[in-house]
Amino acid sequence: MTEALVEAVPGQGLGAAPLLKIRDLTVTFASRGRRPVRAVDGVSLDVAAGSTVGIVGESGSGKSVTSLAALGLLGKRGVQVTGSVEFDGEDLLNMAEDELRAVRGREIAMIFQDPMSSLNPVLTVGRQITEILERHRGLRGAAARERAAELLASVGIGDSVRRLRSFPHQLSGGMRQRVMIAMALACEPRLLIADEPTTALDVTISAQILELLRLLVKDTQTALVLITHDLGVVAGLCDQVHVMYSGRIVESAPRRPLFAAPQHPYTTGLLASVPRLDQPRGLPLLPIPGSPSDTLPWTDGCAFAPRCTRQVPACLGGPPALIGAAHLVRCVNPVPTP
Amino acid sequence: MSLLEVRGLKVHFPIKKGILLERTVGAVRAVDGVDLTVERGRTLGVVGESGCGKSTLGRAILQLEPITDGSVVFDGQDLAKLKPAAMRGVRRRMQMIFQDPLASLDPRQSVSSVLSEPLRTHGQKGPYGPRVRELLDLVGLPATAANRYPHEFSGGQRQRVGIARAIALNPELVIADEPVSALDVSIQAQVVNLLEELQERLGLTYVVIAHDLAVVRHISDDVAVMYLGTVVEVASSDDLYAGPLHPYTIALLSAIPIPDPEVEDRRERVLLRGDLPSAAEPPSGCRFHTRCPFRQPTRCHDEVPELRVLDAVPGHQVACHWAEQIAAGAVQPVSADVTATESTTSLDEAKATAADQSR
Repeated sequence: MTEALVEAVPGQGLGAAPLLKIRDLTVTFASRGRRPVRAVDGVSLDVAAGSTVGIVGESGSGKSVTSLAALGLLGKRGVQVTGSVEFDGEDLLNMAEDELRAVRGREIAMIFQDPMSSLNPVLTVGRQITEILERHRGLRGAAARERAAELLASVGIGDSVRRLRSFPHQLSGGMRQRVMIAMALACEPRLLIADEPTTALDVTISAQILELLRLLVKDTQTALVLITHDLGVVAGLCDQVHVMYSGRIVESAPRRPLFAAPQHPYTTGLLASVPRLDQPRGLPLLPIPGSPSDTLPWTDGCAFAPRCTRQVPACLGGPPALIGAAHLVRCVNPVPTP
Repeated sequence: MSLLEVRGLKVHFPIKKGILLERTVGAVRAVDGVDLTVERGRTLGVVGESGCGKSTLGRAILQLEPITDGSVVFDGQDLAKLKPAAMRGVRRRMQMIFQDPLASLDPRQSVSSVLSEPLRTHGQKGPYGPRVRELLDLVGLPATAANRYPHEFSGGQRQRVGIARAIALNPELVIADEPVSALDVSIQAQVVNLLEELQERLGLTYVVIAHDLAVVRHISDDVAVMYLGTVVEVASSDDLYAGPLHPYTIALLSAIPIPDPEVEDRRERVLLRGDLPSAAEPPSGCRFHTRCPFRQPTRCHDEVPELRVLDAVPGHQVACHWAEQIAAGAVQPVSADVTATESTTSLDEAKATAADQSR
């Protein structure tokens, strides 16, 4: 693949050795009688130990599928995953299922958008946490229960010993998400992947959860990959930000340069289309024309070209490469930096 | 005269127990005494978190929920006192836009059928084709959309169909319940702009109900903040966001992330403790006192604050005993609630607490 050679890798060189190393990850969903859908199309990125990384994109951009594929959570039927995913030097994609299961949970944990569908409704919260501790840590009985109570307390659940006996439906949405975070942290993982962790929550609860994540990753030196559609969430929390569109990373930079001088027209478009609380009210919103379904296959040119205000003929001349040093952008006519 | 006046509106849903002989054992006070006024041609934003009663309020204004107490006065007429025939006439003049267009459009109904149905229902004679094309043009959809079905459209286009349906009868008041929250970020601005454009062209009056404070601020002239069934603050959009007076509004605004690292790093957050209490048993006194970072002994717990206008800021209503003192800085938030919450205990502290509890 010649294209992969010229491409820069987002996040590369930030740590000594990357904790998570994704190379040219491609995920294709095929179902009988339908055109195969390429959800992720050659994503490469590095996550350094202890760093926080944001992956931003709209529905269908492939941001969630990237993380699910990397952890082998997509299932086998009708899914084709190519490329490589290494965690601490070990190849996750070709690992035996039982080995992989040991890595997931102990080394890598994941929290999802909707805690109600991730928690088992017929088991108490305590049982669900001690199960993890038994499986991965070998703790039993009173020791496991004590550790579970500690974990609940550490995510801000008061009266944690009594809460162990609660069922998920007895908790509020914010509490359930706290329980999910406690479960994810049960084995002190080195990597935490949070997929839209606050999207289902109200703003004040969402602020609590983000603050909690911020402190936990700082205290425990866990690397965090935060997947979200909300640029605001990323701005306050992530060291490195990757913006995805139609299955590929289109821009990648440390958060300050990314927000101060975004270069991809999609990123600038996203920023201009959301009203901001700290700006005067009368400013008009500048929406991105079209909808995320108006994309071009990357093989023909830039997928964003049909919606792009900076389109030039070169946009349709084959796939643009992701280029740059610390600030990478996949665009032949990037927005000039001020 | 104001187009819409809501006076002391209460919507309580009874909680029943027993199978054969149902007894009412309590009530969820979804809306519990709301007063609002909307002038013709203006936009009132209603914000609040889930469970604060904002959607119930919207539905009650349209008489889609049974009203327990209070009144809704539309263009001088008390809707509860209207006879059914007169009510039908008024319904034509007030319409609703729903959050999820996929759920509010019949999957087996073509767009032209969706848009001509209100015309037919309200006794207009066909052919409806010209009006349907006009409506599609107004909301920025091609005329060919008329023969297509909801599933053939993207989310943003479907919401345009929902908006076209709402304006089909030339209403005066449109209530939009979370009109953009189901849409992708890049599409939200398109729909917000469309709503503004239609307001200008058709002279519509809007009540926009949403949880996204940035969107509400952008679109609204005035904003009402709701908490647990009551309005805690009402002000013009500019005043409310420039100088929020109610502690809940202050916390709500500080919780919104801003897409700018420079701003985010310097911000001081007022975090709220705990969750929304149950609307079946709202806290005594000020309903917000259980989570309020500025709460003061006894009065907040014992006395219900009235929605009142402060002498210093005319036109800005707030329901807080201490609004003046908070604005002047004389009452400070409990320090644990600023930027740090109870949740910020370190793992070691947590171990200690857990050990104490298990003893």
